[in-house]
Amino acid sequence: MWNLTPDPVQAHTGLKMQLGVNSSQQTLLDLQVGERGLLEAIDLPADLASRLMEMGFLPGTIVSPGCCAPGGDPRVFRVAGSEVAIRRETAARMRITRQP
Amino acid sequence: MSDCHDGASVTTIASSIPLATRHLVAIVGPPNAGKTTLFNRLTGLRQKVANFPGVTVEHHLGQVKLPGEDREITLVDLPGVYSLNPRSEDERVTHDVLTGKMKDLPRPNSVLLILDSTNLSRHLLLAAPVLSLGLPTLVVLNMVDDLRKRQGDLDAAILASELGAPVAMISASKGEGLEKVWQFLAGTTIAGAPKMARRVELPVIQDVPSCHKWAGIVGRSAAYKAPEPPLWTRRLDSVFLHPIAGPAVFLIVVAAVFQTMFKWAQPLMDFVKNAIGASGVWVGSMLPESALKSLLIDGIWTGVGSVLVFLPQILLLFLFIGILEDSGYLARAALIADRTMARFGLQGKAFIPLLSAYACAVPAIMAARTIENKRDRLATIFVAPFMTCSARLPIYALLIAAFIPDNEIVGRFFGTQAAAMLGLYVLGFLAAIFTAKILKSTVLKSNRVMFILEMPPYRWPTLRGLGLRLYDRGMVFVRTAGTVILLVAVVLWVLANFPRKPDGSAPEIGDSIAGAIGKTIEPAIKPLGFNWKIGIGLITSLAAREVIVGTLATIYGIEGGTAAQPETLQQALRKDLTPAGAAALLVFFAFAMQCMSTLAIVRRETGSWKWPAIQFTYMGFLAYVCAWGTFRIVQWF
Repeated sequence: MWNLTPDPVQAHTGLKMQLGVNSSQQTLLDLQVGERGLLEAIDLPADLASRLMEMGFLPGTIVSPGCCAPGGDPRVFRVAGSEVAIRRETAARMRITRQP
Repeated sequence: MSDCHDGASVTTIASSIPLATRHLVAIVGPPNAGKTTLFNRLTGLRQKVANFPGVTVEHHLGQVKLPGEDREITLVDLPGVYSLNPRSEDERVTHDVLTGKMKDLPRPNSVLLILDSTNLSRHLLLAAPVLSLGLPTLVVLNMVDDLRKRQGDLDAAILASELGAPVAMISASKGEGLEKVWQFLAGTTIAGAPKMARRVELPVIQDVPSCHKWAGIVGRSAAYKAPEPPLWTRRLDSVFLHPIAGPAVFLIVVAAVFQTMFKWAQPLMDFVKNAIGASGVWVGSMLPESALKSLLIDGIWTGVGSVLVFLPQILLLFLFIGILEDSGYLARAALIADRTMARFGLQGKAFIPLLSAYACAVPAIMAARTIENKRDRLATIFVAPFMTCSARLPIYALLIAAFIPDNEIVGRFFGTQAAAMLGLYVLGFLAAIFTAKILKSTVLKSNRVMFILEMPPYRWPTLRGLGLRLYDRGMVFVRTAGTVILLVAVVLWVLANFPRKPDGSAPEIGDSIAGAIGKTIEPAIKPLGFNWKIGIGLITSLAAREVIVGTLATIYGIEGGTAAQPETLQQALRKDLTPAGAAALLVFFAFAMQCMSTLAIVRRETGSWKWPAIQFTYMGFLAYVCAWGTFRIVQWF
């Protein structure tokens, strides 16, 4: 959806800069069911991040969204062969790049 | 237990033999790897639950007699952990036991590390820190039948040489492949584990990414082929987590739990009640008339009986929870309930405990164990007794029938009395969420972000697993609640039966110690509209709420109790209690912690008297203040 590469000519304008930043700061929340993302980083304190990593959310792993509770929160994510549910605010802290 | 132990037999736990002299084997593994299933396979019923000193985490100890030998070894089932970084209490306990730092428990002689073979790439993460402890370790890969069924595979021999530890491939639920486990248990008791050279050096164990990299290398060289996604789990989830069907199934499950607790449990509870009553009468008829007989029958038999009555309800609830948990649905239910519970500062897993608390707080508090987050679990335990449990119903029914005229509100089906009852249910619920909100925004504040819930594949619960769970929970309840109630029953009997009359017979209740206490506390309860007779009821109902009805019946001198002549007790109460006082009494019962069994269970589950003491004080304070307020307000009208 926001997969815009910054236009080289207008790269210096604020708007484009912001879009550029957005495109590299997609999170798990931006993934639709059926899409896959490569986990880049977890923006959480170290102890929380390593807890997530123990559950399989390691940078460099492919994550894809699955079923969810009514209302969309929490949502199940398929990662490293298991299915793990996390809340929206956690998913929002996990940066990804969308994979084909 | 005829099908157990592959020829091995088990014996009772010889608790007289000090643990330090025994051969101790620890079972370690991540949650859902099948630790408890393996433990039950190896030990059967010869196990006991214990709490480590100073922590809320409990562990199971079991005795195993090795096949064809006289020697016995002790197995300890440790809490499920994903790593040995001592962050949570579970991890600290597991870490401390494995490193020999746990008080009262020697360092294990060897370790059974159990991992889910269908989830090996992730579960191998735990192998690095466990193997680096240097204890003889058998790596037990569980659910191998499931792995093969889903077209997964691995080479156990290569894995063993990569890890430098023997590997057993088993199915704990079916009891397949356990020979190697028995051999390991037998082998280590003689000469220690076979030392094997490790091919891949262990990673820095605190660093998850490097453990992961190591696990990846080990898995690849062992030709680990991850299984296909579980087809049935996907299919079932598309129903159970469907935006519309999901909540519908959820509500059906909730209704079924409610139905079980209130309707199906009732005949069984009546049966137990009648059996205890009849046996009491029978035993009583054999004994000569004496104070001792009165203590035995009126005190102990009735008191302990009043607790045992709840056993069928508790077992049914745990059967239900057992089926939900073992099948994997409980995780889905927690997911569905999470958003609603989060509004009150609680989390999805608190849902089932709070629902069961409508029947009885005791099993509810025991069920809160499914909540791994300690603060969330404490908050759930703390608020559970506010839910309107079935022990409140007798006094609610009595007072409502006595003081509230049965006028129609909505036709014949919903009248003022039903509205009053519903209002009391709502009152308890509001107190629970109000308290939860306060707790979770102050002393038990935790990071809302951290709700991580693994969705295990759906599995058929096994009869064996359910049976052992019921046995385990049933014994915990009978021991914990039973012993406290026994003590309280004796104390209450003494209070109500002394001092004796000059002729040695039991005194009138007003002249007894209980009566004296009732009169002593009268000034304190007068502002609530209660007289000393209600005061005695409040004291006896400290043991259990429903006791007050029997006490009041005794005080007002009505033969045969309430069941025979309910009108008479109602009339007596109407003479002695103003409507404002009755309303205050209802509110008092809605809030006060009048249940020794609950206090005993909270102590057991939280590991100290601190939480039950706070709970008792808080609920008592709230009950007193709100009852006073109610009395004042109703008086105005």
